[in-house]
Amino acid sequence: MSQHPPPSSPPDAPAASAAAGAAAAGSRGGNRLDRWRESYAVRTASMTASEIRALFAVANRPEVVSLAGGMPYLPALPLDAIAGIAQRLVAEKGAVALQYGSGQGEEVLREQIVEVMRQQQIQAHPDDVIVTTGSQQALDLVARVFLDPGDVVVAEAPSYVGALNVFRSYQAQIVHVAMDADGLQPQALDETLTRLRAQGERVKFLYTVPNHHNPAGVTLSLERRPQVLEVCRRHGVLVLEDDPYALLGFEGDPLPALRSMDSELVVHLGSFSKTFAPGFRVGWAVAPHAVREKLVLAAESSVLCPTAFGQFAIAEYLQTYDWLGQVKVFRELYRERRDAMLDALTTHLPQATWTHPDGGFYVWLTLPDGLDAKAMLPRAVTARVAFVPGTAFYADGSGRQSMRLSYCFPTADRIREGVRRLAGVVQDELEVLETFGSVGTPPHERQGGVDAPGPELA
Amino acid sequence: MTRRAVTTDGGSPSVAVLAGGLSHERDVSLRSGRRVAEALRASGCEVTVLDADAHLLPRLAQERPDVVWPVLHGAIGEDGALRDVLELLRLTYVGSRPQSCRLAWDKPIAASVVRAAGIAVPEHIALPHATFRDLGAQPVLQAAGAWAGFPLVVKPSRGGSALGVAVVDGPRDLARAVVDSFAYGDTAVVQQHVRGTEVAVSVVEVDGELLVLPAVEIVADGGSYDYTARYTAGATEFFAPARLADDVAERLAKAARGAHEALGLRHLSRIDFIVDTEGTPVFLEANAAPGMTETSLLPQGAAAAGLELDDLYRGIVASAVSA
Repeated sequence: MSQHPPPSSPPDAPAASAAAGAAAAGSRGGNRLDRWRESYAVRTASMTASEIRALFAVANRPEVVSLAGGMPYLPALPLDAIAGIAQRLVAEKGAVALQYGSGQGEEVLREQIVEVMRQQQIQAHPDDVIVTTGSQQALDLVARVFLDPGDVVVAEAPSYVGALNVFRSYQAQIVHVAMDADGLQPQALDETLTRLRAQGERVKFLYTVPNHHNPAGVTLSLERRPQVLEVCRRHGVLVLEDDPYALLGFEGDPLPALRSMDSELVVHLGSFSKTFAPGFRVGWAVAPHAVREKLVLAAESSVLCPTAFGQFAIAEYLQTYDWLGQVKVFRELYRERRDAMLDALTTHLPQATWTHPDGGFYVWLTLPDGLDAKAMLPRAVTARVAFVPGTAFYADGSGRQSMRLSYCFPTADRIREGVRRLAGVVQDELEVLETFGSVGTPPHERQGGVDAPGPELA
Repeated sequence: MTRRAVTTDGGSPSVAVLAGGLSHERDVSLRSGRRVAEALRASGCEVTVLDADAHLLPRLAQERPDVVWPVLHGAIGEDGALRDVLELLRLTYVGSRPQSCRLAWDKPIAASVVRAAGIAVPEHIALPHATFRDLGAQPVLQAAGAWAGFPLVVKPSRGGSALGVAVVDGPRDLARAVVDSFAYGDTAVVQQHVRGTEVAVSVVEVDGELLVLPAVEIVADGGSYDYTARYTAGATEFFAPARLADDVAERLAKAARGAHEALGLRHLSRIDFIVDTEGTPVFLEANAAPGMTETSLLPQGAAAAGLELDDLYRGIVASAVSA
């Protein structure tokens, strides 16, 4: 590889390079700064640093309006009440709450989770529930239990980046299916599954976020729910229903969950991260009996048991606090911010299009033709506003023209300011576009790949 | 090297390491800053790490450190602006003076200064967005492509960590590369691609004495030492010292020292070159605030020289204190 032979002996150190002498004593081979490089598993190859991640390092600075984050607005929590719960928990039940617990999760909490899910018309037994370290771990467990390298996961286009990362880490292929304002399109799903079967692919499950989709901000309509299930049933494909935003709808009652319509076809994931607090890291899965057993065994090998302290704290909170009232507080807060964002978009970015979420945290915005959200991100960071480029939510490199905007954390005023800054960035990009015309995708990105933002953005 | 006290009264200096900032390279800066702080603490210095934000000046006024070490990458750290403020405050700091930072920060200007010192630089042109807008993008792109030939390199005229840098293989990708570089700044540099060995040479001033560290040779897996290759451990193979013949290594060290001096850089810098197939070092750019992360090139050069980082950084601080 070298155009010059390595020095055969330590060179005399010239005055200008006094140090060189000591240096040549080192190895003649190269150094990759990672002596275990040859030892890594094949799947580790997908784990790399990315430019996008670096740009997000500034997103959480107060100077920047972050429309990128997915963090719930915790200042709205009754922190005093929670402090009291934590204090009582340690004082009165410390020996249990700080001990190892059951791999499946504490029974008292599983019983309450069953109650929580009644909001979505789910009838389940506490035995069907496994408590996990956030629903993110449930994603990992389901992937671990079901996916061999090369297996196919079908997911919405776009889809939650944290899930794509999990599937990718198990070397699965991800195939996207179109959605519209009413969510996943059953017919497109049917066609995709038919095509994949004809190609001899092994489709293991459909991954779907039916309510207040991250990142698309849409909800699967009531009519389509049984249709999606019917298609999957017919193709023998399990449904992984990831549903952390179900109770954060701005209008009416939550729609019945897919799990409420078929308990054998669906693994349903829930979470306290959005309705209460992500810091406890408590989520859950409800699965058909045999699947649930595998998930528990997989969970035990991964973490032994989920956080006992977090589970008891949440159990106590659900028991002693008006938690549904608190969810309502969150809903009102997020509704106001959603309104601020949609308003600001109408005012400042008439040349773009966007979804109209009726719950959850996100708006999915599509830029005028020819613009590239990912290429625009450095300019946005310079303008002190951040978003997540659409490409993060696709496994196949598409989504360049779109971006996810979140309204969960910044106040309404900050959201307006952020959108105003974003409009300036879009304007600048349009000027460049006017000069150059459409310039296509950079060669190194035509392959696609998941650019993972950190946990605060997922 | 042995450890020695560097302040005149024999005690250890207090150092404020500045890391973070709001540039595109914040993350790299934070990691660099932690590494520098750790090494200085190990050498006995009292170290605080401060971000470059609205709290910085009050904190500096309150702490009155003996020395400030800005480990800030990107605009605020490398364009001289922050150092201007440090000068205003009459603070002693590590690194180059504002004027030299400005020279090094602007890549086309740095290249012309270095070329005037008799060091080879690649042919390049700086093209602001207005040029394309006023003269039409296609004719300018065509002319630039025809002049430089493919492959060619497009990069923002300012900035680091290879952000916005692209090696362009053919005309069809040129516009995209130029547009991407405009996301980082208003001027794109189109540069002829030089074939050869990519190397980085760090120049440090230890206890007032200028040392050129052994060159570090960079062989990136994908062929391009881009952001991912730079900051993913294992993605790039380094050779330190570079696999160069003795006489070539010597010319390279001389060129690095020449560039450092021509730009008036101080205390530490990293000068990037391609050693072409003839063995001529061709200057690419100079970094007044080189990366100091665990995978960065300056620390590798130091290791190749057999220097301990805590001794080296302490010696650099000593140069600043005694200046």
